[in-house]
Amino acid sequence: MRFLFDRNTWQEIFGSIGKNKIRTIITIVGVLWGIFIYITLSGASKGMDNGFERMFETIARNSMFVWAQSTSMPNEGFKTGRQLQLKLGDVTMIENRIPEVQYIAPRNVKGFFGSTPARVGRGKESGSYPVFGDFPTFTKIAPKKIYDGGRFINDEDIEKARKVCVIGERTEKELFKKGEKTIGGFIEIDDVFFQVVGVHKFDASGGFGGDGDIFIPFATFKKLYNTGDNVGWFSIAAYDDVDVVKVEENIKNLLKNIHKVHPDDERAFGSFNLGEQFGKIIGFAKGITFLSLIVGIATILAGVIGIGNILLISVKERTKELGVRRALGATPNEVRSQIILESVFLTMIAGVMGIILGAGTLSLISSFTKDIDFPYTNPTVPIPYVIGALLIMVVLGTLIGLIPAQRAVSIKPIDALREE
Amino acid sequence: MIEIKDLHKSYKMGSNSLHVLKGINLSIEAGELVAIMGSSGSGKSTLLNILGMLDEADSGEYNLDGVPIKNLNETKAAKYRNKFLGFVFQSFNLINYKSAMENVALPLYYQKVPRKEREQRAMKYLGQVGLKEWATHLPNELSGGQKQRVAIARAMAAEPKVLLADEPTGALDSTTSYEVMDLIQKINDLGNTILVVTHEEDIAHMCKRIVYLKDGVIVEDKKVEQVRASTYV
Ligand SMILES: Nc1ncnc2c1ncn2[C@@H]1O[C@H](COP(=O)(O)OP(=O)(O)O)[C@@H](O)[C@H]1O
Ligand SMILES: [Mg+2]
Repeated sequence: MRFLFDRNTWQEIFGSIGKNKIRTIITIVGVLWGIFIYITLSGASKGMDNGFERMFETIARNSMFVWAQSTSMPNEGFKTGRQLQLKLGDVTMIENRIPEVQYIAPRNVKGFFGSTPARVGRGKESGSYPVFGDFPTFTKIAPKKIYDGGRFINDEDIEKARKVCVIGERTEKELFKKGEKTIGGFIEIDDVFFQVVGVHKFDASGGFGGDGDIFIPFATFKKLYNTGDNVGWFSIAAYDDVDVVKVEENIKNLLKNIHKVHPDDERAFGSFNLGEQFGKIIGFAKGITFLSLIVGIATILAGVIGIGNILLISVKERTKELGVRRALGATPNEVRSQIILESVFLTMIAGVMGIILGAGTLSLISSFTKDIDFPYTNPTVPIPYVIGALLIMVVLGTLIGLIPAQRAVSIKPIDALREE
Repeated sequence: MIEIKDLHKSYKMGSNSLHVLKGINLSIEAGELVAIMGSSGSGKSTLLNILGMLDEADSGEYNLDGVPIKNLNETKAAKYRNKFLGFVFQSFNLINYKSAMENVALPLYYQKVPRKEREQRAMKYLGQVGLKEWATHLPNELSGGQKQRVAIARAMAAEPKVLLADEPTGALDSTTSYEVMDLIQKINDLGNTILVVTHEEDIAHMCKRIVYLKDGVIVEDKKVEQVRASTYV
């Protein structure tokens, strides 16, 4: 090991590498290309991975929506085509019967699914915005960023059916003048005064919804629009470690049971399983990461084998030189170490250059994709990957160097000297 | 310095075996300058290679400065070569990508001599062979005689007990040959033991003793009046 830190060793290595420039360059290019591909591909796929993760970070990964449609099969005396209606009572049933459900938020809306948006006004200003009736639980499933000083709807709002609302940043901009205090201010929603308690920050990545959405307590919504116990749809989050597809199935079966729908009626309740979609996309991203890992490693391997080949040729070319060295007193170990060190050193140089080039390319791609709407964030290759790659290079460099090194000492010095 | 007894060596080629050395007995004192003469194929190089531990005899005894040379592994042989022996070859065998100075310094590298000292000693020996100004030149920028002088400097740099030269003048014209022999004589004058393999009578007579080899045995071994090469230069 000591000879690794010996300046003399390195002078010999640099001498032999520097004096065989063409060979050195050809050798380096192969591995450089390999590690470049590896870094760029895995960095890019990591970027995509990050991009997808960010797309979904504002909503619970295991969440789904369930809504009622109309029956497509007759059941228990009911005819086909009966319009179904979700009820608040369903919530307790689901909570009691399906333990995999972590949160369930019944929701109503005016301004979506065919209903006209509410007319909202403040003084002379007015506009149309969708209004949602919500429970506090909703933010557990799809977290809302509320600007400082404000809050989302709380339990007391529900109990007392308070006339309070959380408005979007666009709504704020359109109804309030600059410098006016929004929190505590009043707006009219379909001719009823509501006090603003919060402004939510719009995030395009959170699924549907917009920067003009207004949230009011579910109970207040019920009074305002006379919806009784009706629920538009359920927003549901299952626990992280459960099979979301199965949970979705169970919920729909339970609903069929409650609403006296034929068990085989697939059209009665609609649902959208975000968790399942998310799983698919993450799976896709993981697949790409894995693929790029394979491609990268294969390229590196090919590059290292290339180094081995060139070293083997060079050892053959240098048979006489190595014979002279041994006549002058180089031990087989010294000859072997020199060849292996040359291999490792070339591999490392190539590796480091490839990493630098790859990192440069990644940051270039990053700056190009910054402004376009593409799921691509922070395309860095994790440091452990880089260190791992370098370690692999050292190991492979050593292993591949062993072959020419062994070949160099397998020939007797006297035969090496006789070589022309 | 060198003591060999009943040395045998044969080369196996397929089913045939060529008996090259058939019982060599030779004793060489420190400070001698010995020529090994013989026609081509008489086994001169074979003998020298065995003395140089580049090859091994099939049987017989070999003592170098009181150290029995027997059953050496390659590592041990390399260390002995480095410590005891200097080689000069007919075809110079300089490393083509190293400068004259770096070539001379190479045996010292394998002796783990630090670089500064290595360079100093290499320069000293380059000076002795009259090539100080050529220190930074690559071998292909040197003439044949200069190359051989670099090779001699390299062989001497490690300060070996014995210098082994296999046809050191074989690739040189006669003027250059005498220059090289002049150098070898001067090195011998300093007390170094030198063996020169040659098939040229005039070169052999520039040594102090001639050993004639024929059909694998020594047929004659005589002291001669040394002809100084400097009289020809
Ligand atoms: N490695 C070898 N394998 C087989 N035969 C060899 C080998 N080296 C030398 N010889 C043979 O041994 C004989 C002596 O060779 P060598 O010692 O080189 O003679 P010289 O140096 O006197 O010309 C020659 O006939 C040569 O062909
Ligand atoms: Mg010969």
